[in-house]
Amino acid sequence: MGEFTIKMPDVGEGVAEAELVEWHVKPGDPVREDMVLAAVMTDKATVEIPSPVTGTVLWLGAEIGDTVAVKAPLVRIEVAGEGGELTATAMPETVTIETVEEQAPVTKVESPPPPESKKAVKAAPVARVEVQTPAEKPIASPAVRLRAQESGIDLRQVAGTGPAGRITHDDLDQFLTRGTPSIMPAGLAKKTAVEEIKVTGLRRRISEKMVLSTSRIPHITYVEEIDVTDLEDLRATMNGSRKPNQTKLTILPFLMRALVKTVAEQPGVNATFDDDAGIITRHGAVHIGIATQTPAGLTVPVVRHAEARGIWDCAAELIRLAEAARTGSALREELSGSTITITSLGAMGGIATTPIINHPEVAIVGVNKIMTRPVWDGSQFIPRKIMNLSSSFDHRVVDGWDAATFVQRIKTLLETPALIFIES
Amino acid sequence: MPMKEIVCKLLVIGAGPGGYICAIRAGQLGVDTVIVEAVKAGGTCLNIGCIPSKALIHAAEEFERVIHMAGARSPLGISVEAPKLDLAQTVVWKDGIVGRLNSGVLGLLRKAKVKIVHGKATFRDGKTVEVETETGTQVIRAETVVIATGSEPVELPSLPFGGPVISSTEALSLKAVPKKLIVVGGGYIGLELGTAFAKLGAQVTVVEATPQILPQYDAELVRPVAKRLGELGIHVLTGVKAKGLSDEGLALLIETANGEEQRLPADKILVTVGRKPRTEGWGLEELDLDRAGRFLRIDERCRTSMRGVHAIGDITGEPMLAHRAMTQGEMVAEIVAGKKRVWDKRCIPAVCFTDPEIVTAGFSPDEARAQGFEIRVGLFPFTANGRAMTMLSEDGFVRVVARADTNLVLGVQAVGAGVSELSSAFALAIEMGARLEDIAATIHAHPTRSEGFQEAALKALGHALHI
Repeated sequence: MGEFTIKMPDVGEGVAEAELVEWHVKPGDPVREDMVLAAVMTDKATVEIPSPVTGTVLWLGAEIGDTVAVKAPLVRIEVAGEGGELTATAMPETVTIETVEEQAPVTKVESPPPPESKKAVKAAPVARVEVQTPAEKPIASPAVRLRAQESGIDLRQVAGTGPAGRITHDDLDQFLTRGTPSIMPAGLAKKTAVEEIKVTGLRRRISEKMVLSTSRIPHITYVEEIDVTDLEDLRATMNGSRKPNQTKLTILPFLMRALVKTVAEQPGVNATFDDDAGIITRHGAVHIGIATQTPAGLTVPVVRHAEARGIWDCAAELIRLAEAARTGSALREELSGSTITITSLGAMGGIATTPIINHPEVAIVGVNKIMTRPVWDGSQFIPRKIMNLSSSFDHRVVDGWDAATFVQRIKTLLETPALIFIES
Repeated sequence: MPMKEIVCKLLVIGAGPGGYICAIRAGQLGVDTVIVEAVKAGGTCLNIGCIPSKALIHAAEEFERVIHMAGARSPLGISVEAPKLDLAQTVVWKDGIVGRLNSGVLGLLRKAKVKIVHGKATFRDGKTVEVETETGTQVIRAETVVIATGSEPVELPSLPFGGPVISSTEALSLKAVPKKLIVVGGGYIGLELGTAFAKLGAQVTVVEATPQILPQYDAELVRPVAKRLGELGIHVLTGVKAKGLSDEGLALLIETANGEEQRLPADKILVTVGRKPRTEGWGLEELDLDRAGRFLRIDERCRTSMRGVHAIGDITGEPMLAHRAMTQGEMVAEIVAGKKRVWDKRCIPAVCFTDPEIVTAGFSPDEARAQGFEIRVGLFPFTANGRAMTMLSEDGFVRVVARADTNLVLGVQAVGAGVSELSSAFALAIEMGARLEDIAATIHAHPTRSEGFQEAALKALGHALHI
């Protein structure tokens, strides 16, 4: 029998450490070659660590949320036969492997600590449910186990309310009637359970980023009403000629093009502010970050060089990136480097928002919901499509006047959309 | 004239504890069942194992008790004059019990409407066997076959059975007590029988190759047994290899741990170095079933690698115990009858009928730690138990092993006179998922040894009452 130590791979770009965000295995689990053992997260990208060998997991080197240094031991795997035989071919480029023969003198140093104690979830005073880890046999009397077998129920799925998490006949009844684990009797009852969720991975990044932005940047938020009736007519016309499988326009590509036009006149808004160094960097390129909701949380994929993209190109790139972000397949470069950001909650957009600037940028434009409202045209009320823009600026480097000028210019472009397409 | 083929739903090969239970349960469930037995219903357990050995052990205990009273002033105030033993009569009595149980098993099989075929079965293919009966070859075809052929004693190449070299089977039918008996193998079978013969008057020497007798138990459990072996005048030689018979066949040649060769005079040499699954002689080669070491590989439903062929009992692996086989047999019968069943037992209790007895159920402290549990252990000695005092046997203890965090009972062990009867309480506690508190809060009748179980649980909880 041999033993492999798999170390935290070098995940590239000079990253010295990565956060462990997910374990796919636990000690005692059999693993096949190429099975994913863990996921680690660097600044923005999540990297999966595959197993280079087939064997049994002996030891895990970190808990979820731990920051692990590159080259630090991550997993130890026991393999059948001579450990050395498997190294060369099975080793992916990024994973460092050490072979330790069981009998070798180094074993003492490298050998794993005793198997991690099966610490049962202690009965917290607030919650009586003790969820059992699947590896352990569920605690239940033989009669309960027999009933479960006959009903085709895996008792590991049933929450036990008895002492030490024992599954009672009542627990099984509950499971059979509701199909889900439940400990509460029918009707109204007090719920005293609490759930603690460790803030890890993307959520931790979001949290840190938000604190950075709000603690450092004095925000000024400016909300303006835009009449998008004409824009919506134009958009409908443009989309009307598209085939079903072709990209359709939303309002965002128009806004992106309007932004490109506006920042050409007001380069101070398309900038990043290194407040430690005291340097504002104005960017020629317009890399527009698009705040996107994904299952894991908020991410900001970036449409690069919007100034060099036509409206259809902007639309296509937007769809591609949003999809990549949602499925987690976005590349590291696609998730960083924006110079200005758009945030849109779409149909959920509300009347107004107070967007938080994507540090170290200095401006963010928030799109609110389009609503048809009665507008007085001087002689009568007419229905118009009205949308608010809620934009925030870093007040240290963007004055209120400049902010207002910027938004008014966008308003003009969006209300008379032909202007967006006129070469200056 | 060939006999008419029998076609049935279930065919059980071997009527030992696993096989006959399987057949009875299948019959109860209305499954058309045939059972084949080459020797006698009841298998090793009933004919040459558990039952006759316990009969002999009991007779030996009774005899030793009266000898003890005759030899010295009994603290009980009983005196006996020159007790005598007629081992031939003892064996007749023992055979009577075996005979009663034999016919009892056959009766139960008939009551369950199981067809019994006597003879040796050989596989023709996975669904068909041929049985050599007294009246000719009987072919049986079945939808499902259960292999329950059991195990047999392992023979040492240097000490083949025959002459003075005997297995446990012959030892249970000796007509006279050998003067000098050497037991090769200090496992539970060797020590049970060695102790019995010592009590019956033999000079017994136990030769064990490993450094400890009863190597499957921890030292704490073995200590009272080792002490008692010494009191009974049994010589225990550990780390010693049996090399073979001397030329004239009157002594055993051994090699001690430091390489010395010695000669141990012997009238009988009982070889008990383990049992092996009976995988030969019935056409297993025809089936080419997957193996797990020496045993047949089975899954959690006792299915072998061939569809429609199950295996139960000793042929499927350790522990080779009758009650494991019985439980497997019952489960397989219910599966054949269409019920959903899977092996989900939490423990298989085991008893060693030495003097004193050893019982284990679930994990020992070391095993529990090896599984990664943080544990607490409570041990209650019988020296503090009233009932033990009144029975003149205070050796031994009850020991409970529980998870440190939830107090869930993981294992219970005991050593002491009569503790085999506590095995049910231990196993029940584990199967029910009892915590230490459950055992501590159950009233245990006074005065009994079972109080030791309750006290051990209290001890583990930190508030034993009688120590």
